[in-house]
Amino acid sequence: MTATKDSDTDGTRPTSAVPDLRYSDAEEQLRAVVRDLLADRSAWPAVLAGVDAGEADDAALWHTLAADLGCAGLLIDESRGGAGASYREAAVVAEETGRAAACVPYLTSAVMATTALLGAGDDELLGALAAGRLTAALAVGFAGPPPAPGARAGSWPVRVARPEDGEAPGAARLTGTVGGVAGALAADVLLVPGDGVPLRLYAVDATAAGVTRTPLVSLDATRPLADVTLDRVPGRPVATGEAAAGAVAAALTAGAGVLASELFGVAEQCLGTTVTYVKERRQFARPVGSFQALKHRLADVWIAVTQARAAARYAAACLTAGDPDTPVAVALAKAACGEAAVLAAQECVQLHGGIGFTWEHPAHLLLKRAKSGSLALGTPDRHRAALAALVDLPPPAAE
Amino acid sequence: MLTGADQAAGLRQQVRDFLAGHDPAALPRLDFLRARFDAGLAWVHYPAGLGGQGLPRALQAAVDADFAAAGAPDNNPARIGIGLGMAAPTILAYGSEEQQRRWLRPLWTGEEVWCQLFSEPGAGSDLAGLATRAVRVPGDGEAGGGWRVTGQKVWTSIAHAARWGLLLARTDPDVPKHAGLTYFGLDMTGHGVEVRPLRQLTGEAEFNEVFLTDAAVADTDRIGGVGEGWRVAQATLMNERIAIGGGALPREGGMVGVAANAWREHPEARTPGLHDRLIRLWADAEVARLAGARLRQQLAAGAPGPEGSAAKIVFARLNQELSAFDLEFAGPGGLRYDDWTLRRPEALSFFGRGPGYRYLRARGNSIEGGTSEILRNIIAERVLGLPAEPRTDTRVPWKDLPR
Repeated sequence: MTATKDSDTDGTRPTSAVPDLRYSDAEEQLRAVVRDLLADRSAWPAVLAGVDAGEADDAALWHTLAADLGCAGLLIDESRGGAGASYREAAVVAEETGRAAACVPYLTSAVMATTALLGAGDDELLGALAAGRLTAALAVGFAGPPPAPGARAGSWPVRVARPEDGEAPGAARLTGTVGGVAGALAADVLLVPGDGVPLRLYAVDATAAGVTRTPLVSLDATRPLADVTLDRVPGRPVATGEAAAGAVAAALTAGAGVLASELFGVAEQCLGTTVTYVKERRQFARPVGSFQALKHRLADVWIAVTQARAAARYAAACLTAGDPDTPVAVALAKAACGEAAVLAAQECVQLHGGIGFTWEHPAHLLLKRAKSGSLALGTPDRHRAALAALVDLPPPAAE
Repeated sequence: MLTGADQAAGLRQQVRDFLAGHDPAALPRLDFLRARFDAGLAWVHYPAGLGGQGLPRALQAAVDADFAAAGAPDNNPARIGIGLGMAAPTILAYGSEEQQRRWLRPLWTGEEVWCQLFSEPGAGSDLAGLATRAVRVPGDGEAGGGWRVTGQKVWTSIAHAARWGLLLARTDPDVPKHAGLTYFGLDMTGHGVEVRPLRQLTGEAEFNEVFLTDAAVADTDRIGGVGEGWRVAQATLMNERIAIGGGALPREGGMVGVAANAWREHPEARTPGLHDRLIRLWADAEVARLAGARLRQQLAAGAPGPEGSAAKIVFARLNQELSAFDLEFAGPGGLRYDDWTLRRPEALSFFGRGPGYRYLRARGNSIEGGTSEILRNIIAERVLGLPAEPRTDTRVPWKDLPR
């Protein structure tokens, strides 16, 4: 019967208030629709075939998800043509794209670029994104620094030249290379932080002369990466100074937070696939899932998945509410979900035995999605380092 | 239908009205607690007439906070944890109306302490194999006759202070082990009940051995049907795991707060390795806290399921690793211990005393209330649906099992 603080806001939250971490009925309905679509159009043989053909991005599937189901506009308010939903719904969609290892630029366009544009307040692009007419990507390396509270622009890789004679005063030309950008190949518009004081965020036509997108061979072939090189490319400023820095930081924070939900989806799919398999696979005249050694390992995976889900839901709830605890929530979720996904995927490969080590079985798609997702937008260790600063647990002083 | 906010506001008005009529500074403690129970403000999620109002469990925290803020006495929940956490939900689920009326009020006020008589020297993880016998004696005073109980129980917390015991005993040795058990409330003050301290590796005797020799139990104190004891015991055990692993705490509540504060107060003792461990443990503890909150949100209306087993496994691991951290961080003090004399604490505390005690006490967390290994079996079989190991002990009569 300890009480820490008054709970007079709505009276139904316990004293150490934790927001509702369950899924609402509306979120479950959204999940069902997305899951049906992905089961139909992104079954793993199709994903594998796309990867094998070197055509990972599934443009038709993305158009259905983004425009027909309206998932591109979840974060965008209705007055701009979006669905007026929140990061809670966006996180549910991410769980499903993770579960299916779907090759769609959902995280990079509908979450990260959209969050940046919401920060910048660019109605025109937001409307086009919400309608699914355009796809955008934030031109920042996907490995990313962990978003830190109050993060400001450091030295960004793209330089800005002043307008030339005869050009509009606001126009600028951008030059530089950003390495390892996710979603760049599928994007129509690149959002490019241009170095300088003040920092500016520019919208760049991805097909303009002077833009070169060089595909990389990525560890996770279901999420293509590219080096983006700009050579005197015109850019339209969409945010300047504090607004630009804030938009980029918000995009990275939301990206890490929603990626955590995607990784949770990967983890849950790995667990479910493995449980199904060990019930069917028989050795020594028994289902291998009846051996205690395997049961205990799967129980540990289930525990990790259960913990990760709570962390992911907390991050989504904090992002939705603009809660001051968001940096803590995102660091916790990204670290926990990344490690849970990697554990679940590694156990998925191991407990499938030989078949799990083959190219034909989907376990490797999930393993690569899990491992690269856990590294992207800040490794678990970097997020824990950020957490240490946020919660006042400083490292030892240097010798 | 009232919204949560309306219900909460109404409840808090009830607390104010109650306090206006019952001055906590003037009334004797027990009178105050009994009146609070009778007003339905003890546990608001319990039914009307049994200390509650049939409201969502989540509304209780604000009621407790308002009583605490008014300087009202509480029921010392740490002293009656087994009664509140295990006996009460079991009695509510399986007890008769008369049992509920008889037992729940003094349980909640702390007038009657409850203990749990489950484990035996020969029945730990294999609880259903227990050997304590309850034999029916016809027409023994009480209507419907009674029972005579003989056997030995062990790991009984707080038995030395208990008025009642939750007793699981074998009433039919001729059927398979799970089918021959019956559940009782045992009067710990009756004849034939002997409680002896059981000293544990911390030096104290938080637990007891209980020897039962023809101890009398009225049939009216049977909880659930004859032969249904295993099902009733499951309710107790699921609630026990929630009670151990699922309590609502603020951030840095419990052992992690002890470790984090020590880190902040002693910069001279910091090392890179310990920093990495502490941050991992802090993050794991906070995620576990969120998972516990989510579990309670799901349980707000229903009964605990096997999911509580995860909370209990995680709690045990974190407590063990945090208390080990704590001891390593303590410097030269880590080589000392506060007191090896045999103490008999009346309330359970995982976080009290020094780091040496906390480290040693935490070793029990993965054993008590279901070992972490048994809980993994429960998760694997009941949550994931994995097949049971082949067994030879569940279909033959208990009396024919090798022992």
